[in-house]
Amino acid sequence: MNTFVVLVEDHPGVLTRVSGLIRRRGFNIDSITVGHTETAGVSRMTIAVEADEFGARRIEANLYKLIEVLRVDNVTRRPSIFRELCILKVKTTPETRAQIFQLASVYRARIIDVSPESLVIEITGNEDKVQSLIDVLDPYGIVEMARTGRLAMLRGTGTASKPPEDEQDFGAAKAEEDLISHSV
Amino acid sequence: MKKTGAQILWESLVREGVTCVFGYPGGAILPAYDAMLDYPIRHILVRHEQGATHMADGYARATGQVGVAIATSGPGATNMVTGIATAMMDSVPIVCITGQVGSKAIGSDAFQETDITGITLPVTKHNYLVTRPEDVARVVREAFYVARSGRPGPVLIDITKDCQQSSCEFVWPDAPKLRGYRPSHTPSSREVEQALDLIHSAKRPIILAGRGIQLSNAREAVLKFAEQANVPIATTLLGLGAIPASHPLNLGMMGMHGEAWVNTAIQEADLLLAFGMRFDDRVTGNVKTYAPNAKKIHIDIDPAELNKNVRVDVGLIGDLRETLEGLLPRIEACDRTDWVSYISMLKGDSAVRDIQNLPDNGHLYAAHVINDLWRETRDRETIVVTDVGQHQMWEAQYYKHEEPRSLITSGGLGTMGFALPAAIGAKVARPDAEVWVVVGDGGFQMTMCELATIAQEGIDINIAIINNGFLGMVRQWQEFFYERRYAATPLVNPDFCKLTESFGLKAMRVETRGDVVPAVREARRHQGTVLIDFRVEQEDSVYPMVPAGNDLHNMIRRPSAIVETGADA
Ligand SMILES: Cc1ncc(C[n+]2csc(CCOP(=O)(O)OP(=O)(O)O)c2C)c(N)n1
Repeated sequence: MNTFVVLVEDHPGVLTRVSGLIRRRGFNIDSITVGHTETAGVSRMTIAVEADEFGARRIEANLYKLIEVLRVDNVTRRPSIFRELCILKVKTTPETRAQIFQLASVYRARIIDVSPESLVIEITGNEDKVQSLIDVLDPYGIVEMARTGRLAMLRGTGTASKPPEDEQDFGAAKAEEDLISHSV
Repeated sequence: MKKTGAQILWESLVREGVTCVFGYPGGAILPAYDAMLDYPIRHILVRHEQGATHMADGYARATGQVGVAIATSGPGATNMVTGIATAMMDSVPIVCITGQVGSKAIGSDAFQETDITGITLPVTKHNYLVTRPEDVARVVREAFYVARSGRPGPVLIDITKDCQQSSCEFVWPDAPKLRGYRPSHTPSSREVEQALDLIHSAKRPIILAGRGIQLSNAREAVLKFAEQANVPIATTLLGLGAIPASHPLNLGMMGMHGEAWVNTAIQEADLLLAFGMRFDDRVTGNVKTYAPNAKKIHIDIDPAELNKNVRVDVGLIGDLRETLEGLLPRIEACDRTDWVSYISMLKGDSAVRDIQNLPDNGHLYAAHVINDLWRETRDRETIVVTDVGQHQMWEAQYYKHEEPRSLITSGGLGTMGFALPAAIGAKVARPDAEVWVVVGDGGFQMTMCELATIAQEGIDINIAIINNGFLGMVRQWQEFFYERRYAATPLVNPDFCKLTESFGLKAMRVETRGDVVPAVREARRHQGTVLIDFRVEQEDSVYPMVPAGNDLHNMIRRPSAIVETGADA
């Protein structure tokens, strides 16, 4: 699985352009998340796609063909933090409620709604952790679940989102460097 | 001064140097058509919007300048899709302008509404939906810049009707600022060094010359490179003419219907230098067995082309001409006599294919027609525009192109119906050139309505129908791979001569070999468009051929030629 952090112009239809391009090239998108960044007019996508090394480079090079794509970082093999948010509604009975509260606290998940027959639990973490909580709650009966898909950020001082000083040249230096190392 | 969106559109097009557009009106583009009358623009009224896009495409291919097509919303816009996809596949800079329903009606399934930006997303380099007159000038400027820079391609501008009608202050914007668009790159010095090492140590190198040479005007640089390093050149279909056919290092076309010796040489090479070509499957055959012992250097302006179909050892991302000019001072003279003479020996094989060498049995073969056409027209600047099918491959094999942009053909998409409209575009772009259409009886019928455009606009081209009574290329595949079960390939045709005459144009029919040259001469003498209906051998096939997906060197040869010449396959 490859994870790309992609900065795009905040224009209508950009998500379609990006997802359509990846699909057209024959890759399956596992998850895609979009939101605003600290820079006005720039949105950030985190895209998880199944691809081998050549495939990942092709995706990156193709993304750069989109005029609204400002910068692409494949953070898969760089020290990064991956997170996703999941909200679950779990069936409860007077007998199971305490157990579920306890499981949630083990996972540092938060209870965000309580009703006589169910609880809503919020968890953030990497996919493994989220999946693990889902697995332990499954026997109690998951009524409904919503997951955001993956978000990624490089550790330390490296950034995938800082525009360089020169506005005109947004990400260009970085792009150049990546594209040039395309030969094998 | 205030102007309407429609006026700003034309004002901007004129500033981009546009003098001629190909189009078809309708309700959603009517304000633009109305405003057009006040601008110095020649409008060519087509008979189908597909034709408009191919004309813009032919215009662009003939000159390198951006071609412009215009249509209304809905059906007008969707009719353009084939032409846009054709331009996309062959990297042709065109700008298509479509009307759109009023911005308030968007999304309501209004009369003649289609989401044309959505539909053309995968087949345009970029596209725009414009809803405010304030954006028109900027968008036109960007569209032309994007269409012609970097790897060229089609751009679509969809303009709502209310945007055309409402007014604002006209401001011609500064050069476009597209912070995410990087049309130009320069190869790194590390890659350049690696390439030079490979080039100087190769014993059996070969250049693969593609359309990129024409797009970057790299002809001189490629020739200097080839001569300096003594490297033979094979070309793709779209590379024909990029290098003079008569140049001693030019081997000719490679690939599915390329020369057998060229394919053999590629398979035996130790270095492939891919210059502005993209390793299309029609060129490589089975990629698993493609040039197995060759290192590969790929020069292309589009980073996404590298390692797409064939893994390369060194990729130089950049403009071909600039990149080669950077390499040239460092290319040492190399002695490749063994390799070059080995290839010349392979060339002896030519007789196996060459139908010209067969004894005259009285039949008219397409190859005779093309060969005679070439001999007759080589005295002046001639552009041949082909359609898609057998005749396209015969043209590529038998017409010897010396000049860039002298062959216009749909390579990547293989669009039947391309030739007639594209030729109109080429003639409008280069009125001094003689333009010939070479087209099959099938493909001609896909866009023959444009004969009316020719008549109305007084276009002077010549049309050679290679009439074999079949969808010939498909029939050939049925013959080779489907036991001659000719499902849906025989054609019942109209009388092409009468049809042409009904438009007030001249027509002739040719059935024997001896009549080819007189007919061509007469057509050339005649002012105005002439159509010649060449009745050729019905079940002739294009040889040699690499069956799709086969190894490049395993070609099917012309059976009768093998018998006649005694050469073995
Ligand atoms: C629009 C379109 N439809 C179908 C095809 C598939 N096709 C490729 S060649 C061919 C036959 C062309 O026949 P004709 O125009 O008579 O030319 P010929 O091969 O006989 O020279 C067909 C149907 C195509 N390339 N384009």
